[in-house]
Amino acid sequence: MILNYREYKSWREGLTVRDVIEENTFTWPKLVVKRNGTVIWPEEYGSTVLDETDDLEVIHLLGGG
Amino acid sequence: MIHICDVPRYHAISEDELKQMREKHVLLRSFSYEKTPLERGYTDKILTVDLGAKEAVVSDIPAEVKEKFIGGKGYCLRYLWDAVNPSTRWDSPENEIVMSAGPIAGITQYGGTGKTLICTISPLTDIPVDSNVGGFFGPYLKFAGFDALELKGKSETDVIVVIDATTGTITFEEAPLEHFDAHVLCEELTSLYAKDEKDKMNVAVVAAGSAADYCNMGMLNFSFYDPRRGVTRLKQAGRGGIGRVFRDKRIKALVCRIDGVKANLNHVADIGLINKTGVKFHREIANNDIHQNDMRGVGTAYSLRTLADYDIVPTNNFKFGDAPGIDEMTAAVFKKDWLTQGAADGCWYGCSMACAKASDHFLLKTGPYKGQRVCVDGPEYESAAGLGPACGIYNPQEVLEINFYCDTYGLDTISYGTMTAFLMECYERGILNRERTGGLDLSWGNAADDLELMHRMARNEGFGKIAALGIHKQKAYFAEMGWGDLAEMNDFGMEQKGLEYSEYSAKESLAQQGGYGLTNKGPQHDEAWLIFMDQVNNQIPTFEDKAEALYFYPMFRTWFGLMGLCKLPWNDIVPADNALTDDPKMVPEHVENYLNLYYGVTGKRIDTKEMIRQSERVYNFQRIFNIRMGKGLRADDAIPYRSAGPVFEDEYLWREERYDTQLVELAGYTPEQVKSMSLQERMAATRKFREARYQTLIDAVYPKRGWTLNGVPTVEHLRELGMDLPELLEVIEPLLAKEGV
Ligand code: SF4
Repeated sequence: MILNYREYKSWREGLTVRDVIEENTFTWPKLVVKRNGTVIWPEEYGSTVLDETDDLEVIHLLGGG
Repeated sequence: MIHICDVPRYHAISEDELKQMREKHVLLRSFSYEKTPLERGYTDKILTVDLGAKEAVVSDIPAEVKEKFIGGKGYCLRYLWDAVNPSTRWDSPENEIVMSAGPIAGITQYGGTGKTLICTISPLTDIPVDSNVGGFFGPYLKFAGFDALELKGKSETDVIVVIDATTGTITFEEAPLEHFDAHVLCEELTSLYAKDEKDKMNVAVVAAGSAADYCNMGMLNFSFYDPRRGVTRLKQAGRGGIGRVFRDKRIKALVCRIDGVKANLNHVADIGLINKTGVKFHREIANNDIHQNDMRGVGTAYSLRTLADYDIVPTNNFKFGDAPGIDEMTAAVFKKDWLTQGAADGCWYGCSMACAKASDHFLLKTGPYKGQRVCVDGPEYESAAGLGPACGIYNPQEVLEINFYCDTYGLDTISYGTMTAFLMECYERGILNRERTGGLDLSWGNAADDLELMHRMARNEGFGKIAALGIHKQKAYFAEMGWGDLAEMNDFGMEQKGLEYSEYSAKESLAQQGGYGLTNKGPQHDEAWLIFMDQVNNQIPTFEDKAEALYFYPMFRTWFGLMGLCKLPWNDIVPADNALTDDPKMVPEHVENYLNLYYGVTGKRIDTKEMIRQSERVYNFQRIFNIRMGKGLRADDAIPYRSAGPVFEDEYLWREERYDTQLVELAGYTPEQVKSMSLQERMAATRKFREARYQTLIDAVYPKRGWTLNGVPTVEHLRELGMDLPELLEVIEPLLAKEGV
């Protein structure tokens, strides 16, 4: 699986978008998540199971200053 | 949680006190002028105030200046250039402070439309510095008939300059009884120049503070009256020591008085379009802010806790990026215990983002106002991070007290925080000790002595005089005294071009190292904040990608400074369907809003390409201005190693696995080689790799910006931009000839 254009070494069977966000401490409040180019909305994070071939983007939008 | 409806109003100054102050005012000189009304966002007039001669002159702004420099920062730099010469320093009489709000500033229908830009030759950097600030003054200056204000010369005594648009007069006055500290002075002048309580909304004050008399990091406070609380509040033009220049000119304060803010004082081209764009924006804030950044709840300090998760907080002088005590000062803690909720905390009319938070009736524990209850503005992220974790302080009450005193004394919270963090590291390393600091224990986390240091700066006393110099000069002084090694201090003293870094640790983002290092004024993140795009999102992996970002973002963000806009409403809130757009990080709908606002005000249609060109003209002008002042070439874009990598052993060991892995994955070592290397060898290899990569980045960025490898804009590039002005060519041509370009 790819996370943000890099190989995601911790992929495992049953891994969800929420797991990826938690494992990577992605705590930023404005995330745009796309699986294979399709937007995943926050309410779908827990139910979206990731495949080994998925291309996941967790884009942190800018903010501050 | 404290709600605004439970906050008692602040006590007004008594009529007796005001009467005494008024009676002591001495009118030195008065001028009448005819107010030029705004037309499509401009008056096309500039007011020049000569403090030495006590003269005020109104002039036309030529059409060519308007066309090429647009307004705001563009006007400030253009007029500053004309005033100074290459040997001008911050305290030369010809140095000016120029302020301008920009064509969009002063509309009230959209968020963040009241910023003032200010430029001067900085006492910290010896080059032009630009700073932007909210509050009422800039827009009121426009309503009073001026697109810009130049302050030149020096007065022999402390004066206030009053621009009264209600009578069409400009006066120079002595006001001897008013205090110098900004929270008191701004309250006093607001009360003195307003007819009654309601009229206080029509008075804007600019003042520094008592420490700005002595400190190179002196800043300017811009007031905005808060009718709900009954108190004059402050926003800061923090960076670069503008307050020091202001006080060197012996300006005690500026006052601007108007007869009210109305819906269309800018006399815009298409009010319907502006209204429509504004309604859309306000609806977005109302629906989305609480689910996104909660700017209305905590302001920009929302990001403090979460940035620690990404190793971006400048803990202990940027040594580390997480922050062990950060849970004591999260956004939730500020919201629950300190920041008043539910208030319309906009620093300009109509800003529903309302991030100018305040802690009300805050009880001070130290200093000249000990025991008093005051309104503390902020803290914003930069202040909270710089005054807090950068110095090992995690107590919100202490951070708020330091923040309050910085503001009222007229000290930039960013420079003060970063400078104090540097001093604390010097203390840790034995470069400083109690004897050298006059008894101050500058250990990490010692807020009491941190505050005492600041009080000494304000009294110009003892070690406070050394602190007043800023990091750049402190390093030279400590080395001269034989206390520390200059090369080592250059590694961990977080300043560049003389300006203290703002509060993001950039070690894991090469693009952000450039975002700090390749700026015009010095390391402030307002040109390019690329950490997430680079470090986390990995959207700009190659040198080419990073260079493109370091070309585009500084130009895009410069545009806010030309217009008089606050950057926060661009991307600290996004439309609910922003994720579905082609380029979510640019928030395309908001960019469209800005183009509509520009058209709505000026009647001129531009696209994003022209937006960038407008900025690029001014950006290159500023670069050449730096070169003219002796500090705008490649050598000046070097950064302290602390910004790029671990300077000391404990710093490497903090993320040993990460650095070791990078030696293999990025620097070309084999795992076996890394395993066999000592800690010192791994640190040296990391440094060599990271320093080389910064140079490669520069090699990629300069050509993108139309500059030579020495950082000089080329004639061809200037020609393309329509900026091949003779005064610019005169500066660059000899350098280009040397490079053989
Ligand atoms: S977003 Fe915040 S800083 Fe910007 S104008 Fe609004 S209140 Fe002021």
